[in-house]
Order: sequence, then C-alpha cells, then structure tokens
Amino acid sequence: MTSDAPRPPPRRRFFGAFGQRELKGLFWQALVVGIAVAVIVFLWSNTVTNLSARRITTGFAFLGREAGMPIADSLLAYNPRDSYLWAFVVGIANTLRVAVIGIVLATILGTVIGISRLSANWLLSRLAAVYVETLRDIPLLLQLLFWYVLMQALPAARAAWRPIEGVFLSNRGLILPAIPIGTPQLWVLGTAVLGLVVFYVIRRRLIAQQMRDGQPRPAWPFVLGLLVVLPAAVSVLLGVPWTIEWPELRGFNFVGGLTLAPEYFALLIALVTYTSAFIAEIVRSGIQSVPRGQWDAANALGLRRSFMLRQIILPQALRVIVPPMTSQYLNLTKNSSLAVAIGYQDVVSIANTTLNQTGQAIEAIALIMAVFLTISLGISFFMNWYNSRIALVER
Amino acid sequence: MTAIADIPEAPRAARRPQIGNPVLRWLRTNLFSSIPNGIVSVVLLAVLAKAIFSFAQWGIANAVWLTPANDSSACRAVRGVGACWAIIPEKYRFILFGTYPFDEQWRPALAVLLFIALFYLSSRRALWRRELAYLWIGALALISLLMWGGLLGLSFVSQDRWGGLPVTLILATFGLAFGFPLGILVALGRRSRLPAIRSLSVLYVELIRGVPLVSLLFMASVMFPLFMPNGFNIDKLLRAQVAIILFAGAYLAEVIRGGLQAVPRGQYEAADALGLSYWRKNRLIVLPQAIRHVIPPLVNTFIAFFKDTSLVLIIGIFDLLTTAKTAIIDPAWQQFSVEVYIFIAGIYFVFCFAMSRYSRSLEAASER
Repeated sequence: MTSDAPRPPPRRRFFGAFGQRELKGLFWQALVVGIAVAVIVFLWSNTVTNLSARRITTGFAFLGREAGMPIADSLLAYNPRDSYLWAFVVGIANTLRVAVIGIVLATILGTVIGISRLSANWLLSRLAAVYVETLRDIPLLLQLLFWYVLMQALPAARAAWRPIEGVFLSNRGLILPAIPIGTPQLWVLGTAVLGLVVFYVIRRRLIAQQMRDGQPRPAWPFVLGLLVVLPAAVSVLLGVPWTIEWPELRGFNFVGGLTLAPEYFALLIALVTYTSAFIAEIVRSGIQSVPRGQWDAANALGLRRSFMLRQIILPQALRVIVPPMTSQYLNLTKNSSLAVAIGYQDVVSIANTTLNQTGQAIEAIALIMAVFLTISLGISFFMNWYNSRIALVER
Repeated sequence: MTAIADIPEAPRAARRPQIGNPVLRWLRTNLFSSIPNGIVSVVLLAVLAKAIFSFAQWGIANAVWLTPANDSSACRAVRGVGACWAIIPEKYRFILFGTYPFDEQWRPALAVLLFIALFYLSSRRALWRRELAYLWIGALALISLLMWGGLLGLSFVSQDRWGGLPVTLILATFGLAFGFPLGILVALGRRSRLPAIRSLSVLYVELIRGVPLVSLLFMASVMFPLFMPNGFNIDKLLRAQVAIILFAGAYLAEVIRGGLQAVPRGQYEAADALGLSYWRKNRLIVLPQAIRHVIPPLVNTFIAFFKDTSLVLIIGIFDLLTTAKTAIIDPAWQQFSVEVYIFIAGIYFVFCFAMSRYSRSLEAASER
C-alpha cells in the first residue's frame, strides 16, 4: 500500500453543490412535518368517515345532556339526572380529593421512612429498606387490588373493628368522627388563612430587619396572635359551634361522622404507601447529598440541633429533593386513574362510562387529557416556583 | 425519630476498643446505642415478632397446602385463620399461561425461559456489542415463532388465546425493544437545531408524559378502530403494545436526553472537526457516551415499565395480573384471592428486584 496513490474524490452528497446546512435542515424539517401532517390527515379523515358511518355527531354538545349514571361516592352534590358536564366536574373533584390528600400523606410517610433508612438503629433502617424494596418492586395495580380485597374481607358494619373510640373499620369503609363545616366555621377558617398570609408578610419584614442589624426578632408572638388568638376571637364573637359528630351504628349502616368508602380508602392507601417508598429514596439521597463538612461546621458553631437541621441541612437537601419530588407528585396524580379498576369514580372512570354510554370517544379522551395536562402543569408551575425560591443563589 | 447516622463518610461508632462479647458489642452499637434508640428497638422488635408470628400462623401453621383437584372444602374450613396455598397448584397453569392450549403450554414456558436468558445476556457488560442487537432480533423472532406456531410442525395459536406471564414479558420486552430506538430519535429531535423537529419532539414527549397510561390504553382500545380505514382492524394485544411503545418512547427519550446533556461539548466539536456526518457523529461518538451515563436510570425506567404493563388489565388483555384475577372468579375459590395476589406479587418482585439490584451494582461500578 503506497500513500501517494491518488485518493478517491470526495463522495458527492445528494445536495452536492448547495451542500448548505440550511438547505439540508429545511429538507429534513419539511420531510418530518410532511409525514406528521400526512399521518394526522389520514387518521382524521378516517375518523370523520367512521363517525358519520356510526351516526355520532362530534362536538361537546353531549355535555349538556342528562348523564344518568350513578356516582356512589362524591364530594359534590350529584344525582343521575344532572348533566354530563356536572358528572365530569364531580369526577375531577374526586380525582383531586384523592390526589391532594394522597400527596400530603405520602410526603409525610415517605419523609419518615427516608429518615428511618438513615437511622443509627440497625433494625429501624433495615425495616425501612425492606419496606421500600418490597413496595417499589410490585405493580401498583396489584397492590391496589390487594388492598381492595382486604377491605372487602373486613367484617360487616355490625361487627366493625373499633381501633379507637369513634373510629370504625368495616367493609363499609373507614368511618371517623367529624366536625361538620358550615358557613360560620368557614368564617373562622377564613380568618386563620388571612392570619397566615399576614404572618408571612410580617415574617419577611422581620427577616429583612434582622439582615440589617443582626438582631434576632422573635416571631412567635405573631404566630400566637394571628393564627390562634384572632381565629379564636372570631369564633367566640360569632358563637360558632364546634361540636364533634360521632358516628353511630343504626341498623346495618352508620349514621353521622365522616365516611371514607372502601374504594376511596383502598385507593388512598395504595397510592400513599406506593409513592411513599419512592419519596423515601428521594429524601434519603437528598440528606446524604449534604456534605459531611456542613454537619461538622454547624456543630463547630455550637448550633442547636433543630436550628442546624432547619437552617443548614434542610435547605441544602431540599435542592436535591424538590425536582424528583415533583415528578413523584405528578406520578401519584396520574396513578390515581387506576381508580377505574376498583370502581372509585374519578375523572377517568367517569369519562370511560360517558364514552360507553354516548360513543363520544374523542371528546371523552380529550377531556381526560385536558384535565391531566392542566393538573400536571399546575403542579409543575408550583414546584418550579418553589424550586426557584430554594435554589442556590450564586454570586 | 432516632439520630441520623449515615451521613456520608460518617466514622462508624466502632472506634472504641474492641472488648467483650462481639454479639453484645454489635447489639450495643446497632440497637441500644442510646436510651431512645433502645426504646425504638424494643418496640420494633415487639411489633415485628407479633407480625411474623401472626403471619406464620396464617401462612404456615394453619395453611392448607394441597387439596384434591377442584375441591376447596378444606380451604373453606380454615377460611380466616389459615391461608389456602392449595389454590396455587390448582390454578398455576392458568395463572401462568392463560387459555393457551393446555398440551402446548411447554411453548410459552420455553418462551419465558428464552426471555430470561435474553435479559441475563443483555446484562453482561462483556456482551455489550453490536452482536447483542442481532441476538435480540433472533431471540424475539424465535419467541414469536414459539408463541404463534404454524411452522415447523407447531400448531397455530391465535393471539387471543395467549395469556399470563409470557404476555407480560412480551408487552414489556417489545415495548422496550421498539420504545428504545424511538426514544433515541425523539431525544435527538429534542436537541436538534431544527425548530420544527424540536417542537414536534417536545409536543410528543410532553403530551404523553402529561396523561396517565390508562388513558392511552383506552385510546388504543376504543379510538384506534375509529382512526383506521373501515374494515381494517388489528388485534387488541397489538394495539395495547403500540400504546406501550409510544408511552415508553416518551419516557426513555427524557432519560436519554439527560445523557446527551452530560456529553461534553468538546466531543461534539471534535466529531464535527473530523467531518463526521450528523448520524455518524451521534452513532459513533455521542450516543455511546450518553447512554453509558444513563444506564442506571434506564434500568429504573425498565422496572417501571415492567410494572406498568399490568395496567392492560383495565382494557381486558390477559397479562399475568388479569389471569390471576380471572382465576379467582371460579366460585369455589373466590375467597382466596389474597393468596393468588401474593403469588403473582412474588413473580413480579423477583423480576423487578433482580433488575433493581443490577441497577444498584451498575451505579456502584460507575462510582468506583
């Protein structure tokens, strides 16, 4: 092989003379967009033909018609004569009810288990590890069916378990004592929320002042005043009754109190335990990501343990924790759609019934997608806002 | 809550002189290092002992292990106090293989073994070469042949008779085999400098990731017939498979995009300087590095998919979970669903746990 043999001329590309990146880019984009448009037009024209053959009129007019489907367990008032639109709203409320409470409980449980995994106690950390491994490696749907079967196997209402006075666990679900919330109670709660907002503003000013002169200013008088004394005063002034309603067994069912139906309760347990296993791992890795030196430095400054955790460790751990936590919250919300498997009527289940009753497949699925995309975007926005607040501020 | 101990590189409390009985010393450092720790240990031990005892009583001592065929009277006698494991030998063929012709069930069994061998070989670092792709194609073709038959003297078995574990493995494996290349293309598309391709990729990923898999499966089962020309229809299993591939593609694309972002800029520039075309640059320089970066999260995504295939229960496809649920419809055995669920939970657990261990070992290897 000699090196001075004439090299072959460079291969001429398709775009040879023009060889411009831009031209090539335009070609590829036109190709891909063209294919995408062609596929969509093809599917769309088929759909239109099929729909007209089946005499289904497209559009959302069906939402005004009477739904006629029963919804057993709902947060909002509903009866089968209401419209499909209202049925959807009830379904969305049911989805949010399980998602919001599930997120709160899963965060608490997951944090406790994540910290347990780091415990100095061998038994506690091992048990937490077993919990995490087991729950993560079994499909959520299977766990959900399992919990639902256990719920159904509970004793009947007459022989209900009573772990604590006033709490009943039976195949009718979990029944808890409740405080009925009416307009007067809402006034008091509203005052408390207002107090919280005012407190937040005051706290910012206190911190700003401390930044200026270095003098710590206690915040607890404001907490006491705005969050305890003020609502209490409103409550006394308006004479709001805070009676606890105890559930009672009458005949074959319970009267009074708050009832968590077995479907809801099973779904909530399944979502909370499953998601908490993932959250535990996130919390653990977040805490472990804080360098050892930070602990040592805080100790060397002689900070109190609670102060150290709150002001030194947690803010740094949260930076690692928040982004994956967001996707867990989104997962929990999306997973709540498994409700359809056990007959809890969330928005997916109601859309599915609507679809079977009216044949409006495209509209029903578009509604599901719209609802979930809105919820996902809402959670993402909130968590991104929170993340940017706690993010590292570099010079 | 007890004190946090495992702060990175925390010196273990084992610096003090090693005296006394080693067992006592272990107990002291790990269970009774302080008074609150001791209390936690005692409470946990008590709870654990009680839980193990009652489970052993239900699952072992009072359990029924075998009954004469199709006779659940012994099980019903111990209902509530003992487990009925006898339902497993009674129903395992149906749970594992669904309604596949009984005499031909060695074929799905062999397919399952082939899948396991394929997974095992793919996990060996020494075999991560181009030949692995051929191996996959060959193995998947062989599995299809085994399941369908119709050639080489194997009788033909139509798709609606498939069921159980092979269906779960097929949905997961084909979902990955097709979702992975799709994910690579979409991830590249999302980082492309061409705006139309970039926005199409973003739209696809965000739409799919924004909605639950259940709604995609509904779409596949209900809307697909509307999308297709009149008279053209494909099997329900295949439609679910397409939904799973599209779903997997979006999630894998995000993982791969993370890997692409981790490849240093200099690598792209060097490839450009060598005059490599876009595809050669990505195939030879960028993708091998990008994928190597994200193997642990990829394995975690695989685990998630494997579990998510169980959702096809909702549209009535006979995967492992659906066959299990169907097996207990039989009135004689209806009350023993917990035992069946524990059995298949064990199967899912073995697969997922193996994968998660593997991902852990890869992570450890990459940190070294």
